[in-house]
Amino acid sequence: METTQILETIRMIEEEKLDIRTITMGISLLDCIDSNGEKARGKIYDKITRCAENLVKTGEAITEEFGIPIIHKRISVTPIALVAGASQDENYSAFAQTLDKAAKATGVNFIGGFSALVQKGYTIGDRKLIQSIPEALATTDFVCSSVNVGSTRSGINMDAVRQMGSVVKETAARTADQHGLGCAKLVIFANAVEDNPFMAGAFHGIGEQDCVLNVGVSGPGVVKRALEKVKGAPFDVVAETIKKIAFKITRVGQLVAREASDRLGIPFGIVDLSLAPTPAVGDSVAHILEEMGLESVGTHGTTAALALLNDAVKKGGVMACSHVGGLSGAFIPVSEDAGMIHAVERGALNLEKLEAMTAVCSVGLDMIAIPGDTPAETISAMIADEAAIGVINNKTTAVRVIPAPGKSIGDSVEFGGLLGYAPIMDVNRHSPAEFIARGGRIPAPIHSFKN
Amino acid sequence: MKAILTVIGKDRVGIIAGVSSELAELSVNILDVSQTIMNGYFTMMMILDLADAEQSFGEIKQKLADKGADLGVQIKIQREEIFTSMHSL
Repeated sequence: METTQILETIRMIEEEKLDIRTITMGISLLDCIDSNGEKARGKIYDKITRCAENLVKTGEAITEEFGIPIIHKRISVTPIALVAGASQDENYSAFAQTLDKAAKATGVNFIGGFSALVQKGYTIGDRKLIQSIPEALATTDFVCSSVNVGSTRSGINMDAVRQMGSVVKETAARTADQHGLGCAKLVIFANAVEDNPFMAGAFHGIGEQDCVLNVGVSGPGVVKRALEKVKGAPFDVVAETIKKIAFKITRVGQLVAREASDRLGIPFGIVDLSLAPTPAVGDSVAHILEEMGLESVGTHGTTAALALLNDAVKKGGVMACSHVGGLSGAFIPVSEDAGMIHAVERGALNLEKLEAMTAVCSVGLDMIAIPGDTPAETISAMIADEAAIGVINNKTTAVRVIPAPGKSIGDSVEFGGLLGYAPIMDVNRHSPAEFIARGGRIPAPIHSFKN
Repeated sequence: MKAILTVIGKDRVGIIAGVSSELAELSVNILDVSQTIMNGYFTMMMILDLADAEQSFGEIKQKLADKGADLGVQIKIQREEIFTSMHSL
């Protein structure tokens, strides 16, 4: 082995903040279904605590031996709307509280799957779950919720889009003492993926096996550092540089995923190579884009830069790992990225540009604080726009916005920890209320008929 | 189990002696050594075999870190696979 390679690995971990962002255990709860809600919750708690008993311990042991930090240990479960649907309960918050209790017992820091998939229509369970979201998020600490409102195959459920605008508002109101923190744990998707290990959108899809381990790798700092060495070079060189570094990052993910799944005795699912920023210095996706030659992220050229980054990351990752999945690409959350925050503060980045960027990034509008008095219809319309981008372009898109209660332009909100802080961003003040009031379904696009 | 040990710090008398005697006490075998002065810093890498070591990886890691503190250098030990898997298929 070459000395330079050893030193490079150590530098990537220590200086450039390469880390395994999360090891997420996916657990199917389909065998916990019961017509008695109380019994179902008992089975859910038992299964989660049994399967994930050693998850945190195993993660810590791997960190110690390999010297690579594993930041989060998490759990995703079958969408609760499917599991709770058989019960006679009217309010599913108790299911969320059971998930929260199980998360605390196992020591993980988030559990995802308080979810419903309504891209084509609602079941009774879906309806009850969505109604329970504000209470569920206000009465739990670690539960994450997601709702899929559209897909390329089935179009966009505009009834759900309309409802989710109100759900976001109500969730913000119920967690007003924490600046609407509940909304940071609620994602509205189009084309949601079933094996995503990243929160808040992780759930364990029904096509998945009983218990599986998915790993999310990150490393914006490593990519930025690599690009510093090719200043001024043509884009062919930029793309090649990103691919090579993405390869190395993913190799580490594959190693950790294999090691963890061996030790836990459960199958390895996928490695998700997503550049996921944190508010820490040197861990920003925005700074990668700026390294390509943009004075500030948000200016003209940002979408092209992000498109190149997202694609090159995927290409490097695919070669490095037997199963790449999840969302894989670049995340562009605002509050969690020092570069994005700075760009908003200096007026270089607005919501319209972010929307364009979501057409080429790995997910969507993420961790954006908007004025507390934003009408529910406006939030619904933002969701509709994002869903349209996802459905037409055959990609995953999502909305995670926080209408921060009592805050307006010029204010900022502090969420703490990895969720960071966000300046309030302006939204378009013209009303889409009549558009949203229509409801119904936007039909699937013509290119969905592939059979 | 094989591991890579890296020692980085200000050069002084007795670093190699200190590290290797500690490893001998821990029954850790040294398979390969490379050492240089890089930008004025003492930089050493060793490939180690931990097959005969009686203590756990965590204990060995802690003992070496303590030794590093005595010698005024940073000593790290990591499983070999993290290096081999990152750079090749």
